[in-house]
Amino acid sequence: MKSMKKTISFILMTAMAITVASPLTALADEGVEKGYTYTYDYWGEVQYSPDAYSVVGVYTAGVLGIEGGFKNPDGLFIKDRFVFVCDTGNNRIIQWERTDNDEFRHVRTINEIKGDVNIKNLSGPTDVFMTDDGSLYICDKGNQRILKIDKDLNFLMEYTKPNEATFDQTISFLPDKLIVDSEGRVYAVCDNVNKGIVKYERDGKFSGFFGAMPAKYSWYKYFWKRFIASDAQRRAMENFVPTEYDNIAIDSEGFFYACTINITGNDSSEEPVRRLNLLGKNILIENGYEDVIGDVQWGTFAGYNGPSLFLDVTALDNKVYVCMDKTRGRLFAYDEQGNLLYAFGGVGNIEGNFRGPVALDHMGNDLFVLDSIENSFTVFTPTEYGNLIFKALDEYDRGDYIASGETWEKVRELNGNCDLAYIGIGRSLLRQKKYGESLTYFKTKWDTDHYSKAFKRYRKEWVEKYIGWIFLAFFAVLITPLAIKRVKQIKHEIDTADIFKPGKDQEIK
Amino acid sequence: MIAALKDKNKYKKFIKDFKFAFYCLTHPLDGYWDLTHEKRGSVLVATVILLLVLVARLMFLGCTSFLFVQVNWSRINIFTYIASIVFPLALFVVGNWALTTLFDGKGRLMQIYTASCYSMLPYALITIPLSIVSNVLSSDFAEVVGILSTLSLVWSVILFVCSNMQIHEFSLAKTLLFIFATIIAMAIMIFILLLFFSMISEGVSYFVSIYKEIMYRVG
Repeated sequence: MKSMKKTISFILMTAMAITVASPLTALADEGVEKGYTYTYDYWGEVQYSPDAYSVVGVYTAGVLGIEGGFKNPDGLFIKDRFVFVCDTGNNRIIQWERTDNDEFRHVRTINEIKGDVNIKNLSGPTDVFMTDDGSLYICDKGNQRILKIDKDLNFLMEYTKPNEATFDQTISFLPDKLIVDSEGRVYAVCDNVNKGIVKYERDGKFSGFFGAMPAKYSWYKYFWKRFIASDAQRRAMENFVPTEYDNIAIDSEGFFYACTINITGNDSSEEPVRRLNLLGKNILIENGYEDVIGDVQWGTFAGYNGPSLFLDVTALDNKVYVCMDKTRGRLFAYDEQGNLLYAFGGVGNIEGNFRGPVALDHMGNDLFVLDSIENSFTVFTPTEYGNLIFKALDEYDRGDYIASGETWEKVRELNGNCDLAYIGIGRSLLRQKKYGESLTYFKTKWDTDHYSKAFKRYRKEWVEKYIGWIFLAFFAVLITPLAIKRVKQIKHEIDTADIFKPGKDQEIK
Repeated sequence: MIAALKDKNKYKKFIKDFKFAFYCLTHPLDGYWDLTHEKRGSVLVATVILLLVLVARLMFLGCTSFLFVQVNWSRINIFTYIASIVFPLALFVVGNWALTTLFDGKGRLMQIYTASCYSMLPYALITIPLSIVSNVLSSDFAEVVGILSTLSLVWSVILFVCSNMQIHEFSLAKTLLFIFATIIAMAIMIFILLLFFSMISEGVSYFVSIYKEIMYRVG
């Protein structure tokens, strides 16, 4: 009896301890995890998600053994295992090799070049590009040139201000960012140039502008300026000119991603990010819930307001591209279709947040973000959740729909708010011709396009399956009234037939 | 009450009145003239039509395939939706009656109500089958659905103007002018209602605070 009392009291105590302790742990979890990684649902509302990327480390020049540290670093470039940081304020470019997940070996510091050229020192380099054969292209902004040097830093060529009428000769030539395609053509984003990206042929000849953005104006502004404003007012008004690009990246298929921060966020026709083909046409696919604009809800908290301003963009090898928002220090990852996979980051001093993000690049699926105020770069690597999403996208892309569906199922287990997981499972089922099952998944996440596609086939199957019954029901509806009418008619004829008339009966009798 | 429900003639009259509402759909000028002048309208039928319209409105939200209407259920208040029809209707009827009686309008309050409700029948008539049928349609039919739902509204508006014209014996221009004036009257009524409610709540809170103060001093 006594032992039983003891047992009961022990159980009660344990239960009380658990009930008291559990809310505390729940709160602690939310405080840390909530708010770092999120995505937007169909209604444009924030849905928090597990972290897709985790920080490997934050590296300052001091940590990496470079004297003097960084000063206003502006450019970041990654080729294979090599990391280049343009230490703009110190007029040098530093190259590391990533030897291990979190270890970097200093390869060299480039602050002057060799060979037959007058100015050998770099002045405020803002970007660098390394081709497969190891030669380097440097945006030497302070010296108003783009340098091409071989892998031993010997001068090969320089690209200067185009001596042509199409290039405004009154402005300085300030190359800011550059990309070199597989044919050796150089595409440079230059300050104060709004005609597009400056393009040079392999031999260094300027061959025009590329991918200019259309000039935007509203019809009422045009009307006002054209017909109503006086000459003096007209001069004071803003010109309808195209906007400048801010950065450019090349993807694994040879297309360019270019971004601009010259947007207002109020105009749905604005294109903060463009994917340019070789003709300079925008071929970015925007099939997501929202266009590729970053944050949907801006908020005005903590002094940060306005739209996301994409200062840099990088395209991973698996067709996912990541945009870097300058306003709130966030990274937005989109898939090929323009669906927001996840957004993470923020402004702040803690690991994984930034104060002045300026450049973004990738090594495999790892992301590198350069911070010009913290004078450091942060390395991110995908978590299990992030890797699963990549895997599912890859599998679907390869045509392995069953595997893709299974992977999305795993993603869904990790994050029940992941809309793409539901749609991914649905798409996998659709490809497997399980139309009825896929409908539920599309309906749950408001995917009208896929739902409609699946529904059409489901409806066809349904009709084919029940065609016999449908015809039967149709004829039943058609024939029953006729039959009833006929029966009634016969009955009426019998009732009124002469031979059954009572009078006649009597006569016979 | 139960005796009234068992009366077969009442059903017959109700059905006859309801059929007349359908006659008005296709013969608005003739129909709405008879509505008041031949006393063929019925308040009961009007109320039933109003209920049908409310049902149609809710079915449009709840039963239409999500391909055509996407509803964020966590942000929807059904009562606001119902009120969005009933409240403007009530305001319009009162406002229209108040204005037109001053300017030779022949319609009485219940007649305006009856005619307004009758004119909403196309909305219910198109929307209810449309929301049911939409569940077997693919999104290729989005335009058709859009056109039909617009049609239901346009038809209703035309009937609405006709009904107002006929029951008041107005010309078309005068009717449109008075519908516009009624909308202004509705705005004024809303303003007065808001003023009234805020005055009442101010007054109540004044006495509540006096009561609290006294209780505080006494206690």
